[in-house]
Amino acid sequence: MNIIVLGLNHRTAPVELRELLAIPDSRMGEALMRLRSYPGVKEAMFLGTCNRVEVYAVVEKGEWGFRKLEDFLVAIHFSLSSEDLLPHLYRYSDEEAIAHLFRVSASLDSMVVGEPQILGQVKDAYELALTHRSSGVILNKVVKKAISVGKSVRTNTRIGEYAVSVSYAAVELAKKVFSNLQQQVVLLVGAGEMGKLAAQHLVNHGVKEVLLTTRNHHRALALAERFQGKAVPYDQLRTTLPKADIVICATGAPHFVISKDDIEGAVHQRRNRPIFLIDITVPRNIDPAVKDVDNAFIFDIDDLNAHVGHNQEERLKEASTAEKMVKGEVECMVAWVRGLEATPTIIALRKKAEDIKNTELDKAFQRLGDLTEKDRGAIEGLASAIVNKLLHGPLVTLKTEAQSQNGFAFIEAARRFFELRERELHSLDVESQETEVGDEASEESLSQKDPL
Amino acid sequence: MTESLSFLTMGLYFGGTLLFLAFLLHRSEVLVRVAVFVAAAGFFSHTAALGMAIVSTAQIPILTFRDAMSFFAWGLVLVFLVVGLKRGLQVLGAFILPLAFLSLVSATLAPVEAGTIAPVFQTVWVHVTLSILGTIGFAIAFVAGLMYLMQERLLKSKQFNVLNFKLPPLDFLDTLNQRSILFGFPLMTLGILTGAVSAQLTIGSYLSWNPEQVWALITWVFYFGVLMGRVTVGWRAKRAAYLTIVGFAGVILTFIGILMKSPQAIAHL
Repeated sequence: MNIIVLGLNHRTAPVELRELLAIPDSRMGEALMRLRSYPGVKEAMFLGTCNRVEVYAVVEKGEWGFRKLEDFLVAIHFSLSSEDLLPHLYRYSDEEAIAHLFRVSASLDSMVVGEPQILGQVKDAYELALTHRSSGVILNKVVKKAISVGKSVRTNTRIGEYAVSVSYAAVELAKKVFSNLQQQVVLLVGAGEMGKLAAQHLVNHGVKEVLLTTRNHHRALALAERFQGKAVPYDQLRTTLPKADIVICATGAPHFVISKDDIEGAVHQRRNRPIFLIDITVPRNIDPAVKDVDNAFIFDIDDLNAHVGHNQEERLKEASTAEKMVKGEVECMVAWVRGLEATPTIIALRKKAEDIKNTELDKAFQRLGDLTEKDRGAIEGLASAIVNKLLHGPLVTLKTEAQSQNGFAFIEAARRFFELRERELHSLDVESQETEVGDEASEESLSQKDPL
Repeated sequence: MTESLSFLTMGLYFGGTLLFLAFLLHRSEVLVRVAVFVAAAGFFSHTAALGMAIVSTAQIPILTFRDAMSFFAWGLVLVFLVVGLKRGLQVLGAFILPLAFLSLVSATLAPVEAGTIAPVFQTVWVHVTLSILGTIGFAIAFVAGLMYLMQERLLKSKQFNVLNFKLPPLDFLDTLNQRSILFGFPLMTLGILTGAVSAQLTIGSYLSWNPEQVWALITWVFYFGVLMGRVTVGWRAKRAAYLTIVGFAGVILTFIGILMKSPQAIAHL
């Protein structure tokens, strides 16, 4: 039994290829069904985001499983051939597969380390697998752990706390001046792309009001519609400034449109309430001398870039902490998976011993004829004692060694020594899976109350 | 027993101070938890020491300079634990804990009998209690002003470091500054009034123009001006931060005045 993952991501494949492999939610049931229909594929989950396409599966034999998953991926889109796909694929199995999923979930494998979406995407993928019953004991446990590792990385490190885009950096800096953006008025001067982006971020944070002004008033009106704000005639810029807490300037004009005097006047009229200015264009539109005005805070594109650069460093520092957390969790998970391997072996071994004991006791009782209850009890006790004492050592060894580096070897050895056939193991495996699936299901209904 | 508790408290506040200052400059999350724990432990032993003093003397120990400073430090840490932790502002600890620690140190260095007031009338208790509470308000305003100026400097000079990340937003600090003065000022006003009444009752004069009284009056007028300036002409933000720092210097001078009070004056009051 192996856990494997086959996939490609933003580093290994171009976006054109990733696009082709997207499966819409409506067809996911069918796709997962197909995956499970391959003999030997016991469990499967499909994770598709704009940056990655990955199939996780529990298969009987790794090498063979990878081939089946390749067939599956190629079949997703009619225009794909395996020659197109194979050079872009990565393959991981067992410990590496678990580690990969944990890193993905902790956003350590993302294009932007620390980005928050991936955790939700892993959760969605898991829920689809649950809905379509394509996951089982092992994937349920592993994926749920991956989600909780992702969550704990987010809460226990500051990996996601540092903005890494220029427009978002503007929001983060504004938050160092204003504790509650919902009470602030934003004034967007000009219609430059970066300015609009920064304004959009602020609107997403729920600012109180957006005022817009551009040289071409029609354009301001169009923008006002987009941001549900208010267009202000361009010649009223100076009189509007005091109303604005946050000013974003992106006009593309080759000269200053806001002077030091303008800001001094505004701050005075605002009775020293701070004003926050973002000059996002080159050449600059706000006189840099504004920095000398008390209670006016101005940041240009270089400042924002510096902030982003600083934040990227911080994220990478946090990422190394996160890697350590992930590593520890992977070790625990791998030990669990190995223990699971030992369990059916132990059950099969006990059952075999029990069968032999019962058969031999029946034979003996037939041969001995009339016996008192007491004698029968004594003979039964003797047989049980021999069986249990003989098995005690191997069972303990199996349980403990299953957790060790070469656990699989011990299990394999036990199977050969005691001649445990695959068929016996398999039938027991299914039984134990069913009972555990019951547990998982109830655990799942509990954990759903706990929002991610 | 009370003695050893006092030393324990001082040690814990010192440890808390170091931990909080380290937290201010590093990004460890564990550090702040340990710092808060140490501060809380210090507060616990401080409370125990105060409780034992109350039980043994059947009165609140605030009538000597030492006791008053200790009570002041206790109140500061209480404010930090209640306000700071409730609002998730552990960073306040990096400023309040050192202040609490220094207050305890100055209390220990002061002569035992320094600034002792004889509780001739009940008004003396009220006077001292109100004045200490008012001072706590001014101290928090001072801390908020200090943090404001630091954050303002960092933003102006575009230094996006750990400190900039950890200090609260400017408008929050300005509001904290304003609220602390609004809390401290009426209490201080009442404290001064009850002080004058006590003086009248004991030595027959409302005001005897000794240094601590003069400083107290100057400080009161100053804070009155700060409040009025904010309401009328918008003395907020950076200016308010500077003013509250200056005002707190006046508070400290008043304390020194109390400490230097001549033994005769103590005998009178």
